[in-house]
Amino acid sequence: MAEMKILTKFIDDPRSNELEFYESVHGYDGMKKALSMAPEEIIEIVKKSGLRGRGGAGFPTGLKWSFIPKDIPKPKYLICNADEGEPGTFKDRKLIENLPHQIIEGMVIGAKAIGANKGFFYIRGEFNKGIDSMQKAIDEAYAKGYLGKNIQGSGFDFDLVLYAGAGAYICGEETALINSLEGRRGHPRLKPPFPAVSGLYRCPTVVNNVETFSTVPHILDKGADWYSKIGTEKSPGTRLFSVSGHVKRPGVYEIELGTPLLELINDLCGGMLDDVPLKAVIPGGSSVPILTAEECKTANMDFESMAAHKTMLGSGAVIVIGEGTDLVETTYRFARFYAHESCGQCTPCREGTHWVRDLLHKIREGEGTSADLDLILSLSRNMEGGTTICPLSDACVGAVRPTILKFKHEFEARLKDKVGKEEEMPAQTGA
Amino acid sequence: MGYQFSSESVSRLNKLLEMFPDKRSVILPGLYLLQKEQGFVDREGMEALADKIGSPISLAQVYGVATFYTLYNKKPVGKYHIQICGTSSCYMRGNDKLEKHICSRLGIELGETTPDKKFTLEEVECLGACGYAPMIQINDAYYENLTFEKMDEILKGLT
Repeated sequence: MAEMKILTKFIDDPRSNELEFYESVHGYDGMKKALSMAPEEIIEIVKKSGLRGRGGAGFPTGLKWSFIPKDIPKPKYLICNADEGEPGTFKDRKLIENLPHQIIEGMVIGAKAIGANKGFFYIRGEFNKGIDSMQKAIDEAYAKGYLGKNIQGSGFDFDLVLYAGAGAYICGEETALINSLEGRRGHPRLKPPFPAVSGLYRCPTVVNNVETFSTVPHILDKGADWYSKIGTEKSPGTRLFSVSGHVKRPGVYEIELGTPLLELINDLCGGMLDDVPLKAVIPGGSSVPILTAEECKTANMDFESMAAHKTMLGSGAVIVIGEGTDLVETTYRFARFYAHESCGQCTPCREGTHWVRDLLHKIREGEGTSADLDLILSLSRNMEGGTTICPLSDACVGAVRPTILKFKHEFEARLKDKVGKEEEMPAQTGA
Repeated sequence: MGYQFSSESVSRLNKLLEMFPDKRSVILPGLYLLQKEQGFVDREGMEALADKIGSPISLAQVYGVATFYTLYNKKPVGKYHIQICGTSSCYMRGNDKLEKHICSRLGIELGETTPDKKFTLEEVECLGACGYAPMIQINDAYYENLTFEKMDEILKGLT
């Protein structure tokens, strides 16, 4: 199999980040079309294309844009979420560094669709190279009249400001991001009101992911029908997957949605590192449930197939785990991540993530007992499903519980009281 | 006398204050300016930033923001701030071994600064470079697909 490159067709060209090059490959054509359209027309095209947000939740983009109230005297804002930080995820960084104009073009189209005259590019503070690349592209776009007042003589104004976050994973959650942009701690907000009604500075706001904005110009340029024919019925288009872990060629790959997971691993990524057997795959970033090697055989990279396997495409991060990997250690490290990044607002998350991390640490050190393992499972029931303002607590559960349930023997083997457990263990060691 | 921003930073702050509909938004970029000037953010600097943004922004608000975000150094760090990613994707490609290697090369533990104030080594959560693991960040730059040899070469090049 091969990649299907739409967003990333020119990503490896050394000049891909330059305006002149981007224009030479039909860059800004989609924006020019959009500027002559009515906002409703743009939204209709994006809706018809079936594009779903690429940040993690997979919400339909056109529908999100249509929620912005039309006749309201307040300003409207458009934000690009470039605070990529889910463990396993590194696809947006490549788009930001190598194809910044594609993102700007998508943002101008989005702004025109929702009637926003000001936008923000919220980028994670560690991405220094991306910050430079994006600021340079913004400056170039202003000089060329693709940003600012009366863009290309269309009468439409759009200003874009780059804003660097400061190392908080939670700011990838849209309402935490909005708080951060307002100069506050990155605390997620209670919803409703949703950002479309009351977002940045209490004004109607749309937040979309880098990859989502990068897709929009192609839909405007080539049409909704062209786009919706790619991929599967409910998951149209291509998607960028960032593959890490035990494969020969980790990296970012753009493939048609619906592609079998094993084709991605075996064909594009060159198979398993050192040819070790596959043990498991986390298909959509650390917060989504893990798949066993057996489950991977039937999993396709689309929203429906992942749902059927009780997991998600999430942020498009495929973490490939080879035989011989200590899953107690990796699970502990994921839990440590969530404990570190919990914003502290909600008790189930603030206490739960730290507690889970500490229990896993105990088990990892061989000091845990079967009661600790049971406690993690019981705790996790109280950390999920709407007990908190945002889904960070659920994310921690997603990173921990399925792994414990599917690979229970590995965790039990590390327990202090494992001798007494041996009687009932063999039945669970087959996973 | 309290902290004084350089004239260059003052003009940057003035520009920032015009850029946002609510001047509170200047706290994060303002803290970055402060950190750029002195390598870390401290009470005096935060006070100067709060004063520059003006009422109703108080020191407490600036302080609350600074302490929430990990990229603001609340105390001085070495000339080279080495941050090694400790998340699972990097672990699977050997970041724990690399971490031990750096510790032994520098003669310090995680979280410490060398006595000559040249290097500070910290383990951090995901840096978003999982496919190029193991990796580290030194000041503004990422170093990826590291081996012990590459790491030694990098350390040797830092003067």
